[in-house]
Amino acid sequence: MNIITVGLNHRTAAIEIRERLSISEAQIGEALYRLKSDPLIEEGLILSTCNRVEVFAVVKETRGGLEAAKNFLLRYRPDLPEESITPCLYMYSAGESLRHLFRVASGLDSMIIGEPQILGQIKDAFDQAITHKTTGVILNKVFKKAISVAKRVRTETKISESAVSISFAAVELAKKIFGKLDQKSVLLIGAGEMAELAARHFVSNGVSSISIANRSYERALELAKEFKGVPIPFEEFIVEMAQSDIVLCSTGAPNYLIGPEEVSKVIAIRRNRPIFLIDISVPRNIDPQINKLDNVFLYDIDDLQLSVETNIRTREKEALKAEEIILEEIQRFSLWFKSLDAVPMIIALKDRAEEIRRSELEKVLGKLGALTPAQRGALEGLTASIVNKLLHSPLTVLKEEAQSTNGNMILEAAQKLFQLEELLVKLEKKKENPPPLNPT
Amino acid sequence: MLNVLFFKLTLSFYFLGTVFFLLNLWEEKGERESPGLFRRSQKIALLFTAAGFLFHTLALVFRMKEAGYFPLTSLHEAISFFSWGVVLAFFLVELKHRIYILGSFILPLVFLFLMSAAALPNEIRALDPTLKSAWLGVHTTLSLLGVVGFAIAFIAGIMYLLQESFLKSKQFSPLYYKLPSLDLLDDWNRKAILVGFPLLTLGIITGALWAHFVWGSYWTSNNPKQTLSLGTWFFYLIVLHGRITIGWRAKKAAHLAIIGFIGVIFIFVTLA
Repeated sequence: MNIITVGLNHRTAAIEIRERLSISEAQIGEALYRLKSDPLIEEGLILSTCNRVEVFAVVKETRGGLEAAKNFLLRYRPDLPEESITPCLYMYSAGESLRHLFRVASGLDSMIIGEPQILGQIKDAFDQAITHKTTGVILNKVFKKAISVAKRVRTETKISESAVSISFAAVELAKKIFGKLDQKSVLLIGAGEMAELAARHFVSNGVSSISIANRSYERALELAKEFKGVPIPFEEFIVEMAQSDIVLCSTGAPNYLIGPEEVSKVIAIRRNRPIFLIDISVPRNIDPQINKLDNVFLYDIDDLQLSVETNIRTREKEALKAEEIILEEIQRFSLWFKSLDAVPMIIALKDRAEEIRRSELEKVLGKLGALTPAQRGALEGLTASIVNKLLHSPLTVLKEEAQSTNGNMILEAAQKLFQLEELLVKLEKKKENPPPLNPT
Repeated sequence: MLNVLFFKLTLSFYFLGTVFFLLNLWEEKGERESPGLFRRSQKIALLFTAAGFLFHTLALVFRMKEAGYFPLTSLHEAISFFSWGVVLAFFLVELKHRIYILGSFILPLVFLFLMSAAALPNEIRALDPTLKSAWLGVHTTLSLLGVVGFAIAFIAGIMYLLQESFLKSKQFSPLYYKLPSLDLLDDWNRKAILVGFPLLTLGIITGALWAHFVWGSYWTSNNPKQTLSLGTWFFYLIVLHGRITIGWRAKKAAHLAIIGFIGVIFIFVTLA
């Protein structure tokens, strides 16, 4: 029994392949059913996002299971030639598979390190698999663990902290100047795509009002409608600046539209209330000299880009810490996973019974005093046969059923009923450091 | 002399609080390698500061009992009471805003003040009967609490200038992420002076009344102490007026708060 992963992602497969292989929400039920119908696959889950398509499964036998999962992906879209997919696929099993899942959930495998959406997508995939009943004890536990590991990584490292897009960086800077943005107003000069995106971020961060100045008044009207803002004539943007705390500038003008003189006047009217100017136009529309004025904060696209890059480097550094956390969690989890193996469970159960039999026998022997070897032999035989008879059916069931669909439940039940946890850990340790051979 | 013992305990706790608050400046979120002590430096610093504050309060109470009058007649006593007020203000701001970085700026300052107080003669003096008046106690308490307000404005001003320089230079040190927004710091500056100024006003009025009872005149024109405290009062009046009428806020207000407080300390030290 093993956990496996087969899939492809944005690093191994081009968008043309990813988009054709991707499995929509409507198709996922059927796909899960098809995956699970393979006799080698006991539990299955499909994670399909725009950056990855992956199958997670619990299989009876590793090699066959990997092959089955691979074939599922290769044949999922009959019109997509198998040769185009095969080179993109990666396959993991056991610890490697867990590590991959934990890394994906924590955002370490994402295009932008630490991006938070992937965790939601994993939760969705998990929900779908549960709805279609294709997971069991193991995958359920694995995915719950993956979600908690991702949360731990997020709280203990700075991997998801600080903005990694230009518009988010602008919002974060605004918050460092103004604190809460709910009393602040934004002025949009020019209506480029970038400015629109940044404006959208400011709106979702609660700015109180937004006005739009654009050379084409129709476009200004259009955007005003979208943001519930106020369109103003382009010529009046300097006047409007006096009322605006945040100015987003992105016109196509080839020269500076705003210079130190205009801004000094604006600041005087504002009575020194700070103003945050964001120039995302290339060539720039705001004279960089104005950053020298007091209470004026000017950021151009390079400044924002630089802060984004610094943040990405921070995230990369934090990713190393995250990898450590993941390794730690895998070690813990492996212990549980190994406990699901029937063989050590059977040994542990026998050991426990033998231990009890011996200690009880010693007690009775102490009370009875001297016995003949025959009497002693009879007692030994009696106790041994009671233990064997009692254990006979649990051991048979463990041996036979461990490989069945309910096997994990039975193993877990056995572990709980006979309190074998400690013993299993001891056995595990013995295996790692075998006792020294007796010098005989 | 229980008050001396408590004062020493206060000093040691504030020292520990200062150390941990300064550690906190360097601590980064998510430092997994750092030992638990370092990671929890902020909470530990707050606990030490709270303990120090408790002993400081006890020191003041016992000193009052032992002296039999409100102990605000020597420079040692004035600095001690002033520092107590600053820590009280710190806890009040802290309760409302939970911006723990404030402690990293305030506690070192308080510790320095108390160290200088410790270096000054601290015996309880036998008071001149003219000084043994309730008016005097009220006058000094109010004036000193007014100065506490200016001290908070001073700290807010320093934090403002730091954060402003990060934003202007576009260099983001770890401190940038810990300092609050410029708007909030400017607001603290404004509020601190708004609280401090009326207290100083009342302090000056009660002082004049006391002078009237003792010397028969409200104002002695050649007394440098009185002239300079009136000067301070005018300075902060202009600061407040400038903010409301001609927009002396933000960076300018930060500069003014810093200049004002340094001036007050200078007067304090040279005239006492």
